Amino acid sequence: MSDFPRWKYALVALVMLFGVIYALPNAFPPVPAVQVTANRDAPPIDQAVQQKVSAALTARNIAVTRVFVEGDHLLATFANSDVQKSGADTIKAALGDGYTVAFKLQSNVPGWLGAIGARAMPLGLDLQGGVHFLMQVDQKDAIEKQENSYADDIRALLRNKNIRYESVTRNAAAGQGIAVILRSADDRSTASDAIANEYTDLLVSSGASTGDRFVLNVAIKPEKLRELSRSAITQNLGTLRNRINALGVSEPLIQQQGDSRIVVELAGVQDPTEAKKLIGAVATLQYRPGIGQPGDPRAVEAARTGNIPPDANLYYMRGDNRPVLVSKQIIVTGNQLVDASSGIDQQSGTPKVDVTLNAAGAKKMGDFTNANVGKPMAVLYVEQVYETKVVDGKPVRVSKVTETVINDATIQSPFSRQFQTTGLGSPKEASDLALLLKGGALAAPMDIVAEGVIGASLGQDNIDKGFKAVMLGLALVLLAAAIYYKLFGLVADIALFFNLVILVAVMSLIGVTLTMPGVAGIVLTLGMAIDANVLICERVREELRNGSSPHAAIRAGYEKAWSTILDANVTHLIAALALTTMGSGAIKGFGVTLMIGILTSLFTSVTLTHAFTAAIHGHRKLKTLSV
Amino acid sequence: MEIFNHDSNIHFLGMRKYTIAIAIFLMIASIGLIAVKGLNYGLDFTGGVSMTVDYDQSVEISDVRAALDKGGIHNAMVQSLGGTREVSIRMQTKDVSAAADAAGKVNLERVATNVAKVLQAARPDAKLKNPEFISAEVGAELRSDGTVAAVFVILGIMAYLWIRFERRFAIAAVFTEVHDTLVTLGILALVQREFDMTVLASVLAVIGYSINDKVVVFDRIRELFRLARKAEPEEILNRSINNTLSRTIITSLFTGITMGALYFYGGTAVHGFAVTMLIGIVVGTLSSIFVASPILLWLGVSKKDLMPVTRDNPELARRP
Repeated sequence: MSDFPRWKYALVALVMLFGVIYALPNAFPPVPAVQVTANRDAPPIDQAVQQKVSAALTARNIAVTRVFVEGDHLLATFANSDVQKSGADTIKAALGDGYTVAFKLQSNVPGWLGAIGARAMPLGLDLQGGVHFLMQVDQKDAIEKQENSYADDIRALLRNKNIRYESVTRNAAAGQGIAVILRSADDRSTASDAIANEYTDLLVSSGASTGDRFVLNVAIKPEKLRELSRSAITQNLGTLRNRINALGVSEPLIQQQGDSRIVVELAGVQDPTEAKKLIGAVATLQYRPGIGQPGDPRAVEAARTGNIPPDANLYYMRGDNRPVLVSKQIIVTGNQLVDASSGIDQQSGTPKVDVTLNAAGAKKMGDFTNANVGKPMAVLYVEQVYETKVVDGKPVRVSKVTETVINDATIQSPFSRQFQTTGLGSPKEASDLALLLKGGALAAPMDIVAEGVIGASLGQDNIDKGFKAVMLGLALVLLAAAIYYKLFGLVADIALFFNLVILVAVMSLIGVTLTMPGVAGIVLTLGMAIDANVLICERVREELRNGSSPHAAIRAGYEKAWSTILDANVTHLIAALALTTMGSGAIKGFGVTLMIGILTSLFTSVTLTHAFTAAIHGHRKLKTLSV
Repeated sequence: MEIFNHDSNIHFLGMRKYTIAIAIFLMIASIGLIAVKGLNYGLDFTGGVSMTVDYDQSVEISDVRAALDKGGIHNAMVQSLGGTREVSIRMQTKDVSAAADAAGKVNLERVATNVAKVLQAARPDAKLKNPEFISAEVGAELRSDGTVAAVFVILGIMAYLWIRFERRFAIAAVFTEVHDTLVTLGILALVQREFDMTVLASVLAVIGYSINDKVVVFDRIRELFRLARKAEPEEILNRSINNTLSRTIITSLFTGITMGALYFYGGTAVHGFAVTMLIGIVVGTLSSIFVASPILLWLGVSKKDLMPVTRDNPELARRP
């Protein structure tokens, strides 16, 4: 058949080669492994550590396949996940606290495949077992905080410019803006200009004025509000990553889902308690000016009588519950904190915590400490817990905020970006405080709205079943097509097989996580991909019946079927596209699989089969076609 | 090999009064079923706590229920997961709150430990696995997302067919789509199969599958109209259905085979998916043959609607 150009043969051959190579990594299933990394203070991973691990495992009679050092970490591979678990316990016990021991699935893919970017599809939790959490981020809280901070800024600005004001208050609902009440119309217009010039993210408008109250409404611009919500999620994602790294899970999946949710999947973890403690600790930090020392008479008096100064809040110290008064003004919040680490102060020899702030936080901290040397500064730890109460027979989620002061220290000298808190009781207290400071850097509180544990054996079971279903589905369709359409059926079979290969290759290359719904999508794709070939074969048969010559029948069959195939696949693609817009990960995975499957099947069942048909029938004189 | 006579000329359109009547009846019955019996929503939609329990020896569902009741866990839904040794237990959030921790938060581990204790008191060989918790709001969102996705699919397909074919084809396709979706949901409501996330995905996939079928027939209708010199709509539609009949049924069979393989070997996780898809394939295939074309005929499709648009060139017209 001369109308099938050479370059298309080349293209088909190339795509087939590409499919085989990039699908290949999936044939090397990863092995359960334990990864050991050294913490900062511990001696680095070397031969000595390797021998120690090997010896410990041998002593306990745990069958390890390999123990080897790779880069800065050590890996021990095991035959299955049960041995892996006892192996990890043994290694943890043998090495002590200085090392982080994590579960890992060690890739088995040959190096040359990895070098060209070929990798296996990551497996979803339902295929490898693990725990998952879905968290709701309370973005309103981030906006509230920002509005409070703007209210402070406006007060400071008005004082600086000597504009007299009656009050600057944030409206009760988040995102509703700030009301500034001034004494005269002139003051109002100067204030309006000053605020608008200083803070470009704010919208300033005059409100109704009654008597000598001149109201100025200040609202955060919608685009800034959107950005705040977005960055709240981004920051929480980052914080979660830090917290989960501390847990020692390798390759955790931490992703945004929808507008306000974060999904966390920890493969290989079977006990969610520890993970939840870290993730579920919905805490935020605030640096505020302290009023007096913890437990000083004024604070005790306030706690006893309930008479709290109007510019202050009464809190209790974490641990010893001494009352302490803290100003309402927020200097810096946890989301401006970049790093916190514990150590020993060289001068005094007492434990300390080093804190680093970002630029915005540094400026505010600098301004504050310059003016307040010798005065105390408190660190407030705000923890949010959700309670489910039953109201009118319906469960209602109520958030409850607990606030404790974790540290109240005197400012020795002005500082801004970097500073240390010294004089802590013990190294443990210092490292706890550092952890709290760092872990507390959530931009907005979060709440677990879904969670689950999938057993490791169930994962393996699902893989086996899914594989069996794909293979059986494929085999049955291959057989049916070959019987019904003979030679054309066999060509379609080749196409269908390569459709599976290329589909897997594309999914692996993009890095689509394979889940059970994804497997269902693959099976469905196999069933529907053959449709194009059915259309072509039926067309060719029809043309033959109408008296066309074999070559003409093939040409006309492909030509006429093409428009139908295109319409059918585009409409199907629209349906698959809708599935990918669904927020839920499982349905999305299914939709993505279906979409890729439709696209690859368009190529394999039309172009690929055409190439094979052309190659087989070629320029030969044909009397009949085997269709 | 051929199963179907390629010269078949069954007068499908002749039965249109009956087939449309049946289709409308099925739709109304489905709406009724969904309204009265309702869909058996799974945990993904209702929110709550679920877990799987494995027994070493076979167990009666009623025994599991009795054990739970005895342990103070009421209103739990207990279902067999195929076989007699594996059951699933589901509880709504409001029933779980009794087992929540001091802070009032649903504590999955605590609920799981509690259930395990209760079940092991009755049968020591009970093993708990895969505890899961989903809040009701996530479920509600999934439901609205699913509805939006379904509407998006139907409108998107309608727009495409309107552009590629003609208005009447778009309307006929959407009507049959709605029919297929409703009847599939109706059957799910009738047999009370659990409606979870994979089933929702399957229902959306059914829409995609069934439009595939219709488009093939429509394509043939368009082609025959364009070719035919004397185009009697009823005759053309009937010939189109007959011409594509073999393809319609073979493709359904092939897809059905794969879904059968998924059902029998894919495990419980994809049972719902495969069953829904199988229902959808049957409904979609039948409606492609019996429902879509009669609607098209009633809408009054004709040859002149489908001729390729040849714009009169004003330049040419002006020339002498």
